[in-house]
Amino acid sequence: MILDGKFGKYGGIFVPELLIPALEELESAFLKYKDDKDFNTELDYYLREFAGRPTSLYFARNLSEKLGCKIYLKREDMLHTGAHKINNTLGQGILAKYMGKKRIIAETGAGQHGIATAVVGSMLGIPVEVYMGSEDIERQKLNVFRMELSGAKVIPVKTGSRTLKDAINDALRDWIANVENTHYLIGSSMGPHPYPMMVKHFQTVIGKETKNQILEKENELPDAIIACVGGGSNSIGIFSQFLDDEEVELIGVEGGGEGLDSGKHGATLCRGSEGVLHGSLSFILQNDDGQISEAHSVSAGLDYPGVGPEHSYLKVTDRAKYVAITNKDALRGFELLSKYEGIIPALESAHAVEYLEKYAKIPENEGKTIVVNLSGRGDKDMFIVAREMEVKI
Amino acid sequence: MKVESYAEMFKRIKRENESAFIPFVVAGDPDFETSLEIVKEMVEEGADALEIGFAFSDPVADGPTVQAADIRALEAGMNTEKGFEFIKCVREFTSIPIGLLVYYNLIYKNGINNFYKSAKKSGVNAVLAADLPPEEAENAYLAAKANGINQIFLAAQTTSNERLKKVVKLCSGFLYVVSVMGITGTRSDLKTSTVELIGRMRDHSKLPICVGFGISKPEHVKEVIKAGADGAIVGSAVIDIIAENFENKDLMIEKIGKCCREMKEATKR
Repeated sequence: MILDGKFGKYGGIFVPELLIPALEELESAFLKYKDDKDFNTELDYYLREFAGRPTSLYFARNLSEKLGCKIYLKREDMLHTGAHKINNTLGQGILAKYMGKKRIIAETGAGQHGIATAVVGSMLGIPVEVYMGSEDIERQKLNVFRMELSGAKVIPVKTGSRTLKDAINDALRDWIANVENTHYLIGSSMGPHPYPMMVKHFQTVIGKETKNQILEKENELPDAIIACVGGGSNSIGIFSQFLDDEEVELIGVEGGGEGLDSGKHGATLCRGSEGVLHGSLSFILQNDDGQISEAHSVSAGLDYPGVGPEHSYLKVTDRAKYVAITNKDALRGFELLSKYEGIIPALESAHAVEYLEKYAKIPENEGKTIVVNLSGRGDKDMFIVAREMEVKI
Repeated sequence: MKVESYAEMFKRIKRENESAFIPFVVAGDPDFETSLEIVKEMVEEGADALEIGFAFSDPVADGPTVQAADIRALEAGMNTEKGFEFIKCVREFTSIPIGLLVYYNLIYKNGINNFYKSAKKSGVNAVLAADLPPEEAENAYLAAKANGINQIFLAAQTTSNERLKKVVKLCSGFLYVVSVMGITGTRSDLKTSTVELIGRMRDHSKLPICVGFGISKPEHVKEVIKAGADGAIVGSAVIDIIAENFENKDLMIEKIGKCCREMKEATKR
């Protein structure tokens, strides 16, 4: 490898020897093309024409009035397929094409990353196979159907907890056996090097646009940026352009599940410990012996027992703060944004919205300018929310 | 009991014009007691060294067979502490080399030095962490060295000569050569390029070479020995017998014994 893929001591390449050449090839292709003119012209074209960039930085007038702050929403929910995931799948998809890969595999939890990969595969003419836990397939039939409509094959994963982490395990196993012709398109800023660095790179577009937009509207940087953190790609994407602006408070919101003391949550940074999972050293949810625990969250995107290594670094260096919002509170955020702004957020993003409410209520935060990264839209969550609200639809 | 080193073992079997037969099982699969009986049977029926796995919840380098074994062991209450207890029990009836096969998080979470110390104390000869390439191995390597444990690394067809140099620099005991591209599991045929692969490894290292992954039949053992390997590591074949004979322990042990006898026979030149 050319770089060590470390953020402080976090990150790295903790993978079986058989994967190293694939990671070397990927790193070298990424470093070659990330600043390549043709590559970026093509990527920019598809981000604009296919995905719908740039997204607006919307001033949430009603919510601002209610909460006594200046609140802006970065509208990643407006993108094709409904979330920021497409920024990364387009980037990696085009990279796979440049690398001459004939097949793309991906993992998915709720199906959002699977869909974002499927449509890019379909658009680029590269066959896509998506690993998905059989539990998740059962819970997200609609998304399975969407992936299949876009021509992807959905492979049920019946091992372990039959959810996202097991889908990643099986995708890694597939890649180990098929490295020559296959690109593994990881959906978040996690996994072995170069993924955390590469996924961040493709998501920095969120931060770049946000910075220009807020400077244009306010002529100064925001006081705080709030984003939800599962694997951590939407948050690292928006944080990335403000890391050196120490005056901007960066806040990541994790899935608090049924509460941090319930043992049923996805709050890896708030309650996890250091360990190695899926190729990198980071905070993870595990028992005292090092066996990986299952994560729990009403939002599938936050339901993962690991987190991207750069977030671990930002946590221990105190550059970013990480908090958790419970399932129940996230639903409040969901209703709040829907009711006041007419914007139905993804359950993941609803965690960030609900923390915004808590943050704005702290007296010293009154009048602050706050950007919330609205990473996705809530269409996919209608059935879950209705069930949680005990509404029949 | 005095523990035989890998070097002593390879010297011994070479004298007898044989190669090493090294079976692999997961400690505590399907439960502590049965697992111990299985290992005893393997030793009695010709194992020259043992590869013992500690179960992990997310074994990415393993196929369905070993994954299922890990789950059975974890469900039977295995953990690292009991794993070392298991090794101590094995040491009561054999002195042949024992290599641990683990995932790195078990080492990391238990404290790197602490893990190797416990390994030494229980009678382990070597440790191989499936997801620990040389790039990340410095701490483990130093702890292994300090505690008199061999750190074993994997090398595969895809390992370039340049990387191979890094691998053999840190590796001791033997070099674990992966015969097929993929994860562990039984396969019907082995790739013919194994001969070339072993030849290339020999050019870079004086370490004994053991071939693993996908060796499930005596013919495979014969093939890799013929290709020049010093030993053959047989994993999934034994574990398949465990999985298939759950209901009948006596039959399970008997079949494992027969399997090991045939595999050992295939190592004789």
